[in-house]
Amino acid sequence: MRSVHTNRALLVVRLALAPVLASVFLLPGSSTTVAQEAAGPLTVYSGRSESLVGPVMEQFTEATGIQVDVRYGDTAELAAVLLEEGERTPADLFFAQDAGALGAVAGAGLLALLDDVTLERVPEVFRDPDGQWVGISGRARTVAYTTDEDVVLPESILGFTDSSWSGRIGWVPANGSFQSFVTALRLTAGEEGARAWLEGIIGNDPVPYPNNTSAVEGVAAGEVDVAFVNHYYLLQLLAEHGDTFPVAQKFFEGGDVGSLINVAGVGELTTTDQPEAAAALIEFLLGEQAQHYFAEATYEYPLIDSVEADPRLPDLDSVETPDVDLTDLADLEGTVDLLRDVGAID
Amino acid sequence: MNATAASRRLGLRRPGSARRPPAALRVVAITVALLATVTLVYLVVRAADGGLGSLQPLFRARTLELVVSTLTLGLVVAAGAITLGVPLAWLTVRTDLPGRRAWSVVTVAPLAIPSYLLAFSFVGAFAPRGWLASWFGPVDAGVLPSPYGLGGAALILTLATTPYVVIATRAALARLDPATDEAARSLGSGPWAAARTAVLPVILPAMGAGALLAGLYAISDFGAVSILRYDTLATAIYSQYRFSFDRSAAAALAILLLLLAMALVWAEGFVRRRAAIRSPHGRRRVPAVIRLGGWRWPAIGLCVAVATLSIGVPSVTIGAWLVSGMRSALDLSDAIEALRDSLVLAVGASSLALVAAIPLAWLIVHYPGRWSTSSERLLYVVYAVPGISLALAVVFFTLHVVPVLYQTLFALILAVAMRYLIQSVGALQGPVLQISPRTLEAARSLGERPWGVLRTITVPLLRPGLIAGIALVFLSALKELPLTLLLAPTGFKTLATRLWDAARDAFYGQAAIPALLLLVVSFLSVGLLIHRGDIKA
Repeated sequence: MRSVHTNRALLVVRLALAPVLASVFLLPGSSTTVAQEAAGPLTVYSGRSESLVGPVMEQFTEATGIQVDVRYGDTAELAAVLLEEGERTPADLFFAQDAGALGAVAGAGLLALLDDVTLERVPEVFRDPDGQWVGISGRARTVAYTTDEDVVLPESILGFTDSSWSGRIGWVPANGSFQSFVTALRLTAGEEGARAWLEGIIGNDPVPYPNNTSAVEGVAAGEVDVAFVNHYYLLQLLAEHGDTFPVAQKFFEGGDVGSLINVAGVGELTTTDQPEAAAALIEFLLGEQAQHYFAEATYEYPLIDSVEADPRLPDLDSVETPDVDLTDLADLEGTVDLLRDVGAID
Repeated sequence: MNATAASRRLGLRRPGSARRPPAALRVVAITVALLATVTLVYLVVRAADGGLGSLQPLFRARTLELVVSTLTLGLVVAAGAITLGVPLAWLTVRTDLPGRRAWSVVTVAPLAIPSYLLAFSFVGAFAPRGWLASWFGPVDAGVLPSPYGLGGAALILTLATTPYVVIATRAALARLDPATDEAARSLGSGPWAAARTAVLPVILPAMGAGALLAGLYAISDFGAVSILRYDTLATAIYSQYRFSFDRSAAAALAILLLLLAMALVWAEGFVRRRAAIRSPHGRRRVPAVIRLGGWRWPAIGLCVAVATLSIGVPSVTIGAWLVSGMRSALDLSDAIEALRDSLVLAVGASSLALVAAIPLAWLIVHYPGRWSTSSERLLYVVYAVPGISLALAVVFFTLHVVPVLYQTLFALILAVAMRYLIQSVGALQGPVLQISPRTLEAARSLGERPWGVLRTITVPLLRPGLIAGIALVFLSALKELPLTLLLAPTGFKTLATRLWDAARDAFYGQAAIPALLLLVVSFLSVGLLIHRGDIKA
């Protein structure tokens, strides 16, 4: 003698629980599984966003027929997951936004040795000396500055500690690229030099932004006069807002640490069951099609010889990146301790 | 503990015997507790991994500052959510507010808007030379209130969490027996005094539960506070993961955060102790609608203000994204896939949470004691811990114990359901308290079996709580981010992850459609639930 309401309620409950029960039977769970001759799709953990690298992955599948399942997330969070998963990771490749994360994962012994042919496609400074990861595209540190006013920029990044810059600087202390820069600063100027610079900047009351895009937009909005960012954000914003966007950027010369070039890179997990497919993806990312994509769609620096960067950018060779081993930039711990000590971050 | 005292006052505890919960309830409690304990075990293991060195961050002066800033935020947001939520709930349930069905939906729908989107929109609006400033012409930066810092963080998080209080209070008000209120009025109390003595004590547990959810959400939020440049323990924890890949220090800080959370839970219990009153049972009458008269206008004004801030401002941002990014908009098929995956997750998690919440709420109200207290506390732990820590705990647990479940949809649904289970449990406690055991005993004595009693009496009486419980978890699951990113099967993308992915690299055109769909789905689902909830039995 169930009431109509009870019947209806039970129906609703059953319908609602259906997805839960169904999911138990979809144990592997992937919504994009396509059977292929080998062991299933290639699994990539990507710290770079889908909007950015999704098209490249599709191009790879079109070119080779190999399906790719990409897990998009934050580079550092994915690195934490990889470290947590250890040898049980289902990932085949780790595509990281910066070398630091690759270094951390390599340090845990999770990355496989890449072959020399692959490694030698990029200049030595843009790959792991131990051969466990290779750079895919380059990002130069620059200073974005407002064109709404006459701004006189110092010849070196070190010059921004001058008190005339008080209240005019925007930075992103939480950003991986910025920390890589500080690490490079520690290597070139020594611990004391780096500390002095940081304290000098903090003495100028910098405005902290949560990411590089908002920092450049902050320059355009007049919140700050300069911002310490990567070179491609300005080009992206110019594409979006048009040439009237009131911001330009400066590359420092003479091997100044202010023009450090860092790389987004890829490493292959030792536990992969598809080394050939993984190698094929790495080769594709270092091939002309993908390198052109990075140059045109994301305005980054392609790292292989045969592809040129956006014409508005100085040549990769001419950007005198400081004499710093990128692997050493993996020493984030020292940098983070310093940043915490001076109060730049928590 | 609060439930114990409350239940004792209700005469639910037979003198002389410690009532042991029936086996069925104990099984549910154990299962839930096991899963929740995993989080704590993980944090302790990781913190211990780093040895004494990982405890170092706990003793820096900066950490004490962060504890203060975190607590401040939590308390201010809880207070704010009550200040806004209780009037809104009362207006939409008990008065003749024009368009109150629509306002019911509007005051709850913001739950599905991710807090970082809300924060981002406010920065876009209120920053010096944001779009508000451009309307008013060249304007001094100081004229517009700054969205940054404690003020901005408190406002945005209050707007984001007011729906918790609204939903909980509405459920309690919907089942309010008018007899007490009318009795007070007939004895000469004015309307406000009658409300204070007859209505307020009955809805206080619901208010408290909602405010606690709001406060805990505030102290564990990362997305909004990082955009609004307000440093809390949560931002420090994320820093540890992001910068030093130091899971040990992060775990230590997470434990500290959980201690703060437990302090808030205890405080709420302290306030609730005197509050639980059961309405005298009798015919269920619909309370008389209160005529607002001239008060109608300020009431509407309040609703409009809240809606403008919590829905209007983000809508402007989404609109701007749509307009600016027309050329690079998200592929329609991708958007539909994301919508489907979002719904699967949200429906699955909310149903699972409801199924577990009913016995748990029953346990907590009718069998106070160690079982109920520890279950409730563990659920708060799972709710208050930062998302990344919970995700890593689940990674750790599934890989070591049930690797076949790793990165499966089922595990994700389970994790999300556990995360928000306390919302359902909280929503049900008030209604459960208001069910008289004597009614149930009468039914039993008339021959109805326990399952029949559940079906024909208990569940219909719990209905407002059930609706609230489903709505809360459904909306929370829609916007959930860290668990989905790290635990979902690779390739499973919800509207929330699509939105975050596009927005973080400024592909605003691609972020627009998922954001819009999130809003639309939340409005539709909340509208549907409220519509059904208002159907009189």
